[in-house]
Amino acid sequence: MSDRLEVRRTAKLFIGGEFPRSESGRTFEVRGADGELLAHAARASRKDLRDAVKAARSAQATWAAKTAYNRGQILYRVAEMMEGRRGQFGSELREAGVDDPEREVSAAIDRWVWYAGWADKLAQVVGGTNPVAGSYFNFTLPEPTGVVGVVAPDEPPLLGLASRLAPAIVAGNTAVVLAGERAPLVAVSFGEVLATSDVPGGVVNLLTGSKTELLPWLAGHMDVNALDLTGCPSELAADVEVTAAENVKRVHRAAPVDPYDPRAQSPYEITALLEMKTVWHPIGA
Amino acid sequence: MSDTKDMRPAPAATPVAPPADWTYAPAPESTDIVRIEDRYGLFIGGEFVEPKSAKWFPTINPATEDHLADVAEAGPEDVDLAVAAARDAYDSTWRDLPGSERAKYLFRIARQLAERSREFAVLESMNGGKPIKESRDVDLPLAAAHFFYYAGWADKLEYAFPHVVPTPIGVAGQVIPWNFPLLMAAWKLAPALAAGNTVVLKPAETTPLTALLLGQVIHEADLPPGVVNIVTGAGATGAALTGHDGIDKVAFTGSTDVGKTIQRQLAGSGKRLTLELGGKAANIVFEDAPIDQAVEGVVNGIFFNQGHVCCAGSRLLVEEPVFEELLDKLKDRLQTLRVGDPLDKNTDVGAINSKQQLTKIRELVDSGVEEGAEIYQPECVLPERGFWFAPTLFTNVSQSHRIAREEIFGPVLSILTFRTPEEAIEKANNTPYGLSAGIWTEKGSRILWMAERMRAGVVWANTFNRFDPASPFGGYKESGFGREGGLHGLEPYLQLEGRP
Amino acid sequence: MTQSAPITPYATIQPGDATRLVRRTPAVDAVGLEERAASLAKRSIKKDAKRWALDLAIRCMDLTTLEGVDTVGKVVALCAKAVRPNPLDPSVPSVAAVCLYPNLIPTAVEQLRGTGVKVASVAGSFPGGLGPLEVRLREIRDVVASGADEVDIVLNRSLFLGGRYGEAFEELLAAREAAGPAHLKVILETGELGSYDRIRQASMLAMAAGADFIKTSTGKIGVNATLPNGLAMMEAARDVHRDTGRMVGIKVAGGVRASKQAVQYLVVLHETLGPEWLTPDLFRIGASSLLNDVLMQLEKERTGRYQGADYFTID
Repeated sequence: MSDRLEVRRTAKLFIGGEFPRSESGRTFEVRGADGELLAHAARASRKDLRDAVKAARSAQATWAAKTAYNRGQILYRVAEMMEGRRGQFGSELREAGVDDPEREVSAAIDRWVWYAGWADKLAQVVGGTNPVAGSYFNFTLPEPTGVVGVVAPDEPPLLGLASRLAPAIVAGNTAVVLAGERAPLVAVSFGEVLATSDVPGGVVNLLTGSKTELLPWLAGHMDVNALDLTGCPSELAADVEVTAAENVKRVHRAAPVDPYDPRAQSPYEITALLEMKTVWHPIGA
Repeated sequence: MSDTKDMRPAPAATPVAPPADWTYAPAPESTDIVRIEDRYGLFIGGEFVEPKSAKWFPTINPATEDHLADVAEAGPEDVDLAVAAARDAYDSTWRDLPGSERAKYLFRIARQLAERSREFAVLESMNGGKPIKESRDVDLPLAAAHFFYYAGWADKLEYAFPHVVPTPIGVAGQVIPWNFPLLMAAWKLAPALAAGNTVVLKPAETTPLTALLLGQVIHEADLPPGVVNIVTGAGATGAALTGHDGIDKVAFTGSTDVGKTIQRQLAGSGKRLTLELGGKAANIVFEDAPIDQAVEGVVNGIFFNQGHVCCAGSRLLVEEPVFEELLDKLKDRLQTLRVGDPLDKNTDVGAINSKQQLTKIRELVDSGVEEGAEIYQPECVLPERGFWFAPTLFTNVSQSHRIAREEIFGPVLSILTFRTPEEAIEKANNTPYGLSAGIWTEKGSRILWMAERMRAGVVWANTFNRFDPASPFGGYKESGFGREGGLHGLEPYLQLEGRP
Repeated sequence: MTQSAPITPYATIQPGDATRLVRRTPAVDAVGLEERAASLAKRSIKKDAKRWALDLAIRCMDLTTLEGVDTVGKVVALCAKAVRPNPLDPSVPSVAAVCLYPNLIPTAVEQLRGTGVKVASVAGSFPGGLGPLEVRLREIRDVVASGADEVDIVLNRSLFLGGRYGEAFEELLAAREAAGPAHLKVILETGELGSYDRIRQASMLAMAAGADFIKTSTGKIGVNATLPNGLAMMEAARDVHRDTGRMVGIKVAGGVRASKQAVQYLVVLHETLGPEWLTPDLFRIGASSLLNDVLMQLEKERTGRYQGADYFTID
């Protein structure tokens, strides 16, 4: 070990493809399982959240308009970048007290790859033509619902984030993620993975800070179409859902299955945040 | 040929001068086929029972304001009993009944509806005010078809969703609206029962009679007691049902306001919810459209069922070059709409469903006039008794007018223009709603381009207001979530657990 | 023919514009059109309204015989029936016209003189319409000269479906001139046109050339008049009326055998072109066996008893 002074990372937010500090100037201490100070991470404010939703909205149409094949490739590229940062993720998970960081990193990468592959298959599996009684061609296709608020679970930090975020964006939604509070640096690193892959800015926006502070603003935002509340603290759930009703947000939670269980990954985790569009056209000469 | 001259007949008498106009004689459907009871109890545990609330409310014919019957108003205690009956039925029989047996019950209901369709159609028109030709040709065939379609799914659920084990959710509380009283009951009951759930259904306050007749059909079909329970009443009954601790799933069709209230009511409960709410659909007509069919589609889009349709094409967006021609044709067409007695087989537009709804329509139409839009109504004589509103067009409408933003749920069309496909999309999507949309153009690539960009759950291209049990239906944004119809309509009534 | 060619007083466009006219004719959605026709067919026409419609159906009828075996005797009998459809009931009106092959026109002219019943002749190499143009035009001139009030000719589908709209239009113009004072009905032979778009385009072309009536069918091929075909033509006529004020008649022919069908056509006409079209001047039904069915229905309305065929004369 040399006596070289380490270059420490500033743990910032990830909004619109950039890494701003919180507009509020606030940070919070991130400590490891052993109590050691790891970083002062940006503590996102409601204005940061507003900016994140704006970035997600402006990225949504272009992201959805990419070919499914292209979205699949871009998301696969994310997995490649994750693989390259195994060490970084591993040490962050270890500092956060995760027993088997190697296993979690592998599972998170594999999960991400699994969902990436759904991009160009989903429509065939969950859409289709409908045999209506009449001279009409009728088909149903899955479409993104728009901007999804993802409340990442605290546990397991990286696998939980990957398991919620990948299905949220693979079909063309964009996301505003409230990072898990136990190991927020994992989310910060994940933002860096996204920034160095080909995911367009704004498709994923990551906010570290206090869920309790941010959730009411996320739930009440009229330009957010859906919420994945898997990581929502149970004591907040009722209030958050009341607020979410203001614009009839779709509210989803992961199936209560061990995240390592293969049953935790499902195309229905994707469709829960999609709309089904049905199109009719007459058949006639 | 002079030899044939003597065979010439004498000329016929001068024919009687024809009337100036050809007035169709009244062609009323007979009501003899319907037997309406003096009063109706609640359908709980397979029997019609007196309400514990001891309260009753009248139900009328909106076309005449005649009293038809008194109907029980279910109080909290009644809702408790209904939910308990549904729970018993779920635990003791329905949940574990083989799908093939559930299927046969549903097939029975479908067949009985078809057999008794005229009776149901007449009753529907009497209680709700819709023209008999619609209840006869749309509501009843579709209701029967819906049961028939989902009957076949009951024993094939594992084919519907790959790699999962589908299991029922439990007891469903379902609240339905007054615009398609029987059809909405079918949309709710058929998938729920096929999936193995039991149900407590609350019909709308103003239109309970066909649902109660359906209760009789269900009784005659020997469905196990408690599998379907029907509690009548107003909003309080609905709230008692949707908020009941004993139910596992809520399905609601109705206004966005009430939908939001229910979503709030269920917040944090973990109960499953699907909502099919309001709409303000854009019907978009391009210059190259099949213009006369577009006119029919526009008319059908907004005047079908007096415009009491959540997916009604209430905003007409017309490409500017064809605006005048389309407007002329629309106005001419409106003159031929026959407004009046819902039971007359030639009636095109029937009665407004209730006084309350009529007041709402009038209020919004008045706001349109006040905000400066130009109103057009064809000459038509409206009956003196009952609730009526003439088919109405508004031009000079801007996006900011209330009539262009708010759901009127009546026979009122707002007409706006656009210049480019982008502008059409922008205007069409510029609403919190997202239930349906229409596109009229001969250009296939443009249809697909538009359909892709329309934020709506159902897109009708070169047609409008078509429905089918195999076709998923439901909204984006504040038009609700979840789909009814088709394979997708099963999902809200199933738990999809991953296959180990 | 070139743009500078002389135009008859009947035509509303230059021959050079025929292609443009066809191409800018609005498209027709087949399913929507058929649904509209089916929905109108469900109108319930009862009592006085039905009696009036049956009466009108007779007044609008072109009582037709177009068989190779038609003879003078057959035509004499047909004319008698045309004038007094029900000899026992003088309140039953005469039909609008009899429609015959050219060689029998003189007989009909003689039989019908002074009765108000018109004489209509097919002409122009009916039913194919593909003889040499000069021969076809001469046939038109001949039947008019021999006293036909109305001439039914066939659109040249060979030219029309081949995209030679200008030539098809010029033939129609020439026919229009040849018919002179007689009413010209142009048969589109809708059963051969293949689509409602084509029917509407052909309607526009025939009306632009000055046709007084556009007519669905010759009755000589498998597919005759249908409600949607008729509706497609009426919608075209509605556009011509809207754009020019000109009222062009509609004739449905072939396959209309039952009173119920006749009433359905009248309903579609009424609700598409309006009450002004409910007159023999603007609507015709070409039929033969329909007349007796209408008479039976009228008798049923009058007596309240269902009728038997033996009580109505066959002519």
